[in-house]
Amino acid sequence: MKVLVCISSVPDTTSKINFIKNETQFDKSGVQYIINPNDEFGLTRAIWLKEKESCEVHAICVGGIDTDPILRKALAIGADQAFRVDINPMDANQVAREISDFIKDKEYNLIIAGRESIDYNGGMVPGMIATLINANYVSNCVSLDVDQSNFKATRETDGGKEEISGILPLVIGGQKGLVEESDLIIPNMRGIMMSRKKPLTIIEAKFQKLQTKTVKYEKLPPKGEVKLVNPENINDLIDLLHNEAKVI
Amino acid sequence: MAIVVYLETENGNFKKSALEVSSYGRKLADETKSNLYGIAFNSDEPLKIQKYGVEKLINIKTDHVFDAKSYADLLCKTFKDLEGTLFITGSSADSRFIFPIVSISLDASYATNVIEFPSSISPLILKRSAFTNKGFVFTELKTNYKIIGILNNSFGIFESESKLEVKDYIPESLESNVQVESIKEDEEKISIADAEIVVSGGRGLKGPENWNLVEDLAKILGAATACSKPVSDMGWRPHSEHVGQTGKPVASNLYIAIGVSGAIQHLAGINASKCKVVINNDPEAPFFKAADYGVIGDAFEVVPKLIDGLKKFKSR
Ligand SMILES: Cc1cc2nc3c(=O)[nH]c(=O)nc-3n(C[C@H](O)[C@H](O)[C@H](O)COP(=O)(O)OP(=O)(O)OC[C@H]3O[C@@H](n4cnc5c(N)ncnc54)[C@H](O)[C@@H]3O)c2cc1C
Repeated sequence: MKVLVCISSVPDTTSKINFIKNETQFDKSGVQYIINPNDEFGLTRAIWLKEKESCEVHAICVGGIDTDPILRKALAIGADQAFRVDINPMDANQVAREISDFIKDKEYNLIIAGRESIDYNGGMVPGMIATLINANYVSNCVSLDVDQSNFKATRETDGGKEEISGILPLVIGGQKGLVEESDLIIPNMRGIMMSRKKPLTIIEAKFQKLQTKTVKYEKLPPKGEVKLVNPENINDLIDLLHNEAKVI
Repeated sequence: MAIVVYLETENGNFKKSALEVSSYGRKLADETKSNLYGIAFNSDEPLKIQKYGVEKLINIKTDHVFDAKSYADLLCKTFKDLEGTLFITGSSADSRFIFPIVSISLDASYATNVIEFPSSISPLILKRSAFTNKGFVFTELKTNYKIIGILNNSFGIFESESKLEVKDYIPESLESNVQVESIKEDEEKISIADAEIVVSGGRGLKGPENWNLVEDLAKILGAATACSKPVSDMGWRPHSEHVGQTGKPVASNLYIAIGVSGAIQHLAGINASKCKVVINNDPEAPFFKAADYGVIGDAFEVVPKLIDGLKKFKSR
């Protein structure tokens, strides 16, 4: 079995989001980058598969040289090989096309991406890859079982869940639930040492044509002061919610 | 040129988001002098969409269980039959499942999480929520076919009477590559995605045995229930209730947080809510900086009083 985990490098969840150059660029200064949390659940799920059956796990990132540390971390967590398509991605379609082109002829049985990346929140890459490579697709995937040729996955819907089963290859948009938070593999010293010897291959980008363009950014509007209500007069809160905010 | 809206239904009825998507489409159709057409699956009362400006509705009738690929294929075919150029949809989990597929099939550019009417129509530029509600990005769609996915509760619902023609379309039997079995949660329960009000509990509630406070408050408000990440990680509540940066996003009209500290990752996911209320005994809790209304007090005392007050308010 061959598994490909798609990894996006995103600002750490505590990052302050600022923009520069007249709000046309995201301000990277002081920002720490991490493996996109949704992808991290998928990566651990992939490593678990290795323990059950003979399975090779590859990680791929479409990104510039600054994303290498993220891929090294994926290797330290347990991926066998990493690939980086050498381009700073500008939209979801471009990422999906680069990854789909990479997948061609490589016979991956399972492609694990995250439900969405926490920077641009597009949520499109996994569905686009599945369509481009003509594989089955499960979004918002919260559990996954596979054998040599079949899968059974659970998808979270707005009001419940769905069990989806079929044959591989499969692309998922994964999230927490694939494994629990406490299951996430934290690289140990041995993993980190080994990761330095594992191959990280750079691939030339092919798709320069963009379907979308980022015109500019905007910060959140400043927040007004909170109105405090005395807990002794809780009816004041009901009054405010009804008459002022008009939400009840 | 035609604008086509995808109108989601649930048990035969249009979802509230369908009315919002139509309202958005109507305004755009007026400004661009285009026609507004709709596509729905299994609508029992198709005429109800007339009030929101749709001129023609293709009602696809199928007893095929929901399967993203088959639905996407039908949407693409119908969109082309209608000679659509712009597709507008909502942000439900199903719609986000279907439309990346549609986007590739139509070679259409696609913007999700759109929160406003376009800031420019030609070129088409859309304001989107990004960085999990910590900022906005303006995205231009550059292809011939385009898809706009609008966030719930962002544009509003506006009536605009039109003449509506309804056409049923019964596709040939569909074949799926997958088997789908749906597991509904409690039928009565309101989903976080569709709720206008969400009541959320954090670690400050001390344990799952105290969740009656959240549930009772939610019940009287007709709200969905949610929780912070550690609460779901500890198994006090199901993962499906986890909201925030790594959980479900919330864009309700009212969000009430009880015993939630307001960590940046929590706030990021719920920030799109219009009105935020915090109940917390620590005046230094960061949530007070993000909230519109706050009560500094012990949840175990404040919430029962709030429930009582609301009972009286509701029976007025
Ligand atoms: C990568 C990453 C992703 C994350 N994603 C998310 C996410 O998606 N969603 C999320 O929620 N968190 C997320 N977190 C976790 C986040 O950082 C916080 O740890 C979490 O939100 C805290 O949950 P809490 O507010 O329930 O608990 P606490 O921080 O422990 O806060 C409990 C609050 O309850 C108050 N309290 C205690 N007793 C009472 C009482 N009797 N009455 C009233 N108030 C009381 C306390 O004053 C305190 O403010 C993430 C963290 C990381 C590192």
